[in-house]
Amino acid sequence: MSAMTIDRPAGGAAPARTAVKPVRFHRVLLSETTKFRTIRSTWICLTLGLVLLGLFGSIGAFTYDGGGAGVTDGPPGIAGRPLDAVSLALMGLSFASLVVGVFGVLSTAGEYSTGTIRSTLAAVPKRLPVLWAKAILAGGAVLVIAAAGAFTAFLIGTVGLDGEAIAVSLGDEGVLRSLLGAALYLALVAVFGVALGALLRSPAGGIAALVSILLILPGLAMLLPDSWYDTLNPYFPSNAGGAAYALTETADRLSPGEGIAVFAGWVALTLAAAAFRLKRTDV
Amino acid sequence: MIEARELTKRYGDKTVVDGLSFTVKPGEVTGFLGPNGAGKSTTMRMVLGLDAPTAGSVTVNGRSYAGHGAPLHEIGALLEAKSVHPGRSAEAHLTALAQTHGIARGRVDEVIELAGLQSVAGKRVGAFSLGMGQRLGIAAALLGDPETVMLDEPVNGLDPEGVLWIRNLLAKLAAEGRAVLLSSHLMSETAQIADHLVIIGRGRLLADTTVEAFVRETGTGAVRVASDEAGRLRALLAGPDVTVSGSNDTELLVSGLGAREIGRVALEHGVPLHELTPLGASLEEAFMDLTTDELEYRSAPADGRSAR
Repeated sequence: MSAMTIDRPAGGAAPARTAVKPVRFHRVLLSETTKFRTIRSTWICLTLGLVLLGLFGSIGAFTYDGGGAGVTDGPPGIAGRPLDAVSLALMGLSFASLVVGVFGVLSTAGEYSTGTIRSTLAAVPKRLPVLWAKAILAGGAVLVIAAAGAFTAFLIGTVGLDGEAIAVSLGDEGVLRSLLGAALYLALVAVFGVALGALLRSPAGGIAALVSILLILPGLAMLLPDSWYDTLNPYFPSNAGGAAYALTETADRLSPGEGIAVFAGWVALTLAAAAFRLKRTDV
Repeated sequence: MIEARELTKRYGDKTVVDGLSFTVKPGEVTGFLGPNGAGKSTTMRMVLGLDAPTAGSVTVNGRSYAGHGAPLHEIGALLEAKSVHPGRSAEAHLTALAQTHGIARGRVDEVIELAGLQSVAGKRVGAFSLGMGQRLGIAAALLGDPETVMLDEPVNGLDPEGVLWIRNLLAKLAAEGRAVLLSSHLMSETAQIADHLVIIGRGRLLADTTVEAFVRETGTGAVRVASDEAGRLRALLAGPDVTVSGSNDTELLVSGLGAREIGRVALEHGVPLHELTPLGASLEEAFMDLTTDELEYRSAPADGRSAR
């Protein structure tokens, strides 16, 4: 069925018809890959994300002073915790998360701001395959560059931390899990961006929502009564995600597995809302 | 083939398309006419399933647009608003569209050539002129070798050469047996391309007729003919619905017959012509008469008298 050629006797003196195959998910995925590849912002965002992760993390390790302050001001989930080699390596994660999130937002919201969405949905009138393809591609691409960036930063950092008390190796408990957790978190942030962009249909709106939810919401939550704060705080998207890449588990945080599951839940919820809007409303 | 049945679209309490029924048949060019804001673009978006009708239905080749496995093979459309990312090249845009339908790479080059975009295919679309953007939109519409072609104001921004190109292209597509729908707000221009007319105002159908019948019924669309054998031609053209008046020995004013028929009659009888001019202005007036009451954005009378 997938290789079927739609052809019908054409009226009049029609020349040989162009071979056309039915729209299938793998074709939509290929088409979306082409769209990702052929736009500058993809390369800018991915390169920037890679550089921010790799560079900041490496620098963090080399400028580390064993006698200095013992806490980080890194990304949520690490901030205010005792310094360790992994949190140093993930120094650039906050910035990187914004960059990959913006990348996700632009991949969907950009279609609305430029009008491309009309071409896209005319080619794929079932609509949802487009959203799934974008989520898979953005998540997949970011997973690869984030893993590369995090491991590079950690490995370069190992050289810088040589001889320091906090030095750990890749084989030590939790290290591999933290670095992979960071890559998975960033991949999910990209998918979160895809969903927000599709839901809000505006680059500015999508980026504002992304920043608010990931970076500002945890701070605003401080205004809640203490008992509420303690209960809710671990479940905020970026705090839950943070548990996945923190080297050590603590009582006020979810476990790494729970953390990434909760964050994935937020992303899935947003993606479902985006799918609903895409399917149900005019473009 | 496009069939709209009681198609209706409301935004809040504003009815943009109101119980519209019409058919776009294969093998002919249907002109979709109406003043700005008449609901042409909304209707076209509903054909493609981009907007959902509030009531009624529209089908493409017998099925709803989304019901087709390979929609780009059924209908190719150029929409009025830009629908290409300005940062992407024309070639990349067409390639991405082609890939959704497994259309071979060669076809992308084919439509690029057809639209005359070879020299700019690799350039970012953001740098395109309005005319080049229109050509790219038409290339995209033809990519899937569609049975039906639907173009929203295709001559917008085209230079005279481009307008001629569109005219010939549409005639060729119709001759190949395809259904062609072409929207415009200019009657005289459309009458030169179209066989059939669907005229709407404020979302309602005002006329569904052929160009010939419209010309006949409105008593306009006279054709000026100049020939050294005007006297002989006058006799040849005579018929029950035809009136021929002449101001001198070489010039005739014919109403009731189109330029096409007059040309054919002249050729059959070997009458040399040195002018054959449809008087489009009066056609435009008849169109204005029909739609004036339905104008969405009417200009205020300049001097307190009639707006026209």
